[in-house]
Amino acid sequence: MTYAFGLDTFGDRESGADGTPLSHAQTIRNVVEEGVFAEQAGVDFFGIGEHHTDYFPMPAGDVALAAIAARTGKIRLGSAVTVLSSDDPVRVFQRYSTLDAISGGRAEVILGRGSSIESFPLFGYDLADYEELFDEKATLFAELLKGGPVTWEGKTRAALLNQDVVPHLESGPFPAWIGVGGNPQSVIRAARLGFSLALAIIGGPPSRFAAYSELFRRALEKFGQPPRPVLVHSPGHVAATDEQAKAEFWPRWQNVIALVAEERGFAIPTEASFDRETGPDGALYVGSPETVANKIAANVRALGATRFDLKYGLPGLTHDQLMTNVELYGREVIPRVRELLA
Amino acid sequence: MRNTERLAVLGAGHVGPVIARLAIAAGYPVAIATSGDPDDIALITELVIPGARPRWASDAIADADIVVLAIPLHRFAELDPGLLAGKIVVDAMNYWPASDGVLTAFEDGGTRGSSEIVARRLAGSAVVKALNHIGYHELEDRARPAGAPDRRAAGLAGDDQAAVAAVAELTGRLGYDPVRLGGLRAGRVLQPGGPVFGQVLTLPEFERAVHEDARSLS
Repeated sequence: MTYAFGLDTFGDRESGADGTPLSHAQTIRNVVEEGVFAEQAGVDFFGIGEHHTDYFPMPAGDVALAAIAARTGKIRLGSAVTVLSSDDPVRVFQRYSTLDAISGGRAEVILGRGSSIESFPLFGYDLADYEELFDEKATLFAELLKGGPVTWEGKTRAALLNQDVVPHLESGPFPAWIGVGGNPQSVIRAARLGFSLALAIIGGPPSRFAAYSELFRRALEKFGQPPRPVLVHSPGHVAATDEQAKAEFWPRWQNVIALVAEERGFAIPTEASFDRETGPDGALYVGSPETVANKIAANVRALGATRFDLKYGLPGLTHDQLMTNVELYGREVIPRVRELLA
Repeated sequence: MRNTERLAVLGAGHVGPVIARLAIAAGYPVAIATSGDPDDIALITELVIPGARPRWASDAIADADIVVLAIPLHRFAELDPGLLAGKIVVDAMNYWPASDGVLTAFEDGGTRGSSEIVARRLAGSAVVKALNHIGYHELEDRARPAGAPDRRAAGLAGDDQAAVAAVAELTGRLGYDPVRLGGLRAGRVLQPGGPVFGQVLTLPEFERAVHEDARSLS
C-alpha cells in the first residue's frame, strides 16, 4: 500500500513573538515559506483552504500555491477545500489547470464547503441553495476534468455548448476529491460523479467514519467506477512534547472556536472537551511526533485511507512554531507512521 | 409495553442516520426515508444504518407511531402535513441562519421558536422539540444507559403531554436523561444561540444552564 501525507492550512493569521497579529500580507508570505519548507521536510502534499475572514485571510489560495509551485519540484499542491458552490466551476478548473501547468502536473483540488459559509453572502449566493449549487457544479467540474469540449446545462450558471475550456490538461485529469463531513449522501455523490473521497473529521471519534469508506467503495462498484482513494483531513499541532503542543494549541483553539461559536451560536469548547478530542478517540492530533504518529496510523488503518492531511496552524501561533510543526511532521511523524503501517 | 413503538426517521443526512442507529440499538423498529426513492438509500442503510428499513416517506410515516424530522429545515415546506396527521412528530431540526442561511418563514424577530412555526404547519400532529441540541458528531458517542455515572441530559418541549411523555421515554432509551422544559414555546432554550445548544451536559449542568437563561422564563 502506498501512503501519502499532507499538511493543510487555512492561512491562519499568525502572530509575532510578542503575540501581536501579523498583517494578512505577512501571513500569506509565511504560508508560502511553510509550503516550500514542507517539501524540504518530506511532506507529500500541501493544501490551502479557502476562507474569507480576518483570522483566515486566505480567499485566493491558488495564487499562494502557484508561488510555492515555482519554488518546489516534488510536493503536490491543492485546495483544502475550494468552496465550489459559491465559485464558478469553469474558473476553478482554469485556476487549477493553470497551477497544474506551472507545477508540472502537481495540482489537486478538494471540493466542498468546509466549515465556512462566509463566501455565500460575499458572492451573492443563498445558503439555502447549497445542495443544488454543489450538485450541479460538481457535475460540471467532473465533465471539465475529462478534458475536451464540454456541453452542459443547468440552473446555476450559463450553459456550455461544445465549449473548449483552456488551458488544456497536459497529462490527464488532476486528482479531485470531494470533502465530506458526515453526510452519507455526499459519499454516494462523490462515488457517482467519479471523485475521490476526503473525510473531514474535526470532532468526535474518527472510527465512526469507517462505514463511510466501505460505503464509498461499494458505491463506486455500484456506479461502475474504478476504485478510488480515501483521505482523512483533521486538525492538529506537533511540537517537541505533548505538553508543549497542548500548551501552544489549546489557548488558540479556544479563541478561534469562540470566534466561530459567537458567529454561529454554539458552545465554546471546554478543557474537558479538548482533552476528549486530543485523546485516542478524538479528532485532534495534538502532541509529540510519537503521539501524533500513533494516532494517524491507527485512524488511517481503521478508516481504510491512503492519505492523511494534518490541518496545521491556528490564528495566533507564530511562524516559528508553525515551521517547527512542519519540520517535525515531515521529518519525524511521517516516517514513523510509514513504519507503523508497514 | 416496551419496544413496540415504531419509528420513522425522515432524513438520511448528518442527523437522521445517527438517531436511527441509536433507536435500533435501543430496540425500536426503524424505517428511514428521504424525499426520494428508497432504492437510493439502500446502500446507505445497509452499511451505515444496519437494521433500519429504507422506505418511501409516505409508507414509513403511515406505519409509524413516532416520526423524527431530521431533514434540512429549508426542505420542510415540501413535506405534506397531511401525511403526519395524528402522529407524534419529533422536531430534531434547527433554524440556524449562521450555518444554513436565512429562511423567511422562520424569521419573525425571535418571538416564536422554530418548532412553534413547524407545529403551526403540522396542526394535526403532536410536535415535540427534541434531539436537536447535541451535535450529530457527538450524539452517538455520548449516549449512555440509564443510571450510568457519565450519562448526559437532553431537553425536550411540547404542548401535548402524552406525546411529550413518549418522546421523553424515547430520549431516555436513546441514551440521555430527558429534561422536560414545558410547552413548545419553552423549547426556544434548545435552539442555536441558546444556553445548551451544542452542549453535552450532565443533568445538573443542564438545569443550571437553562435556569440561568432568561429565555426559559417566558
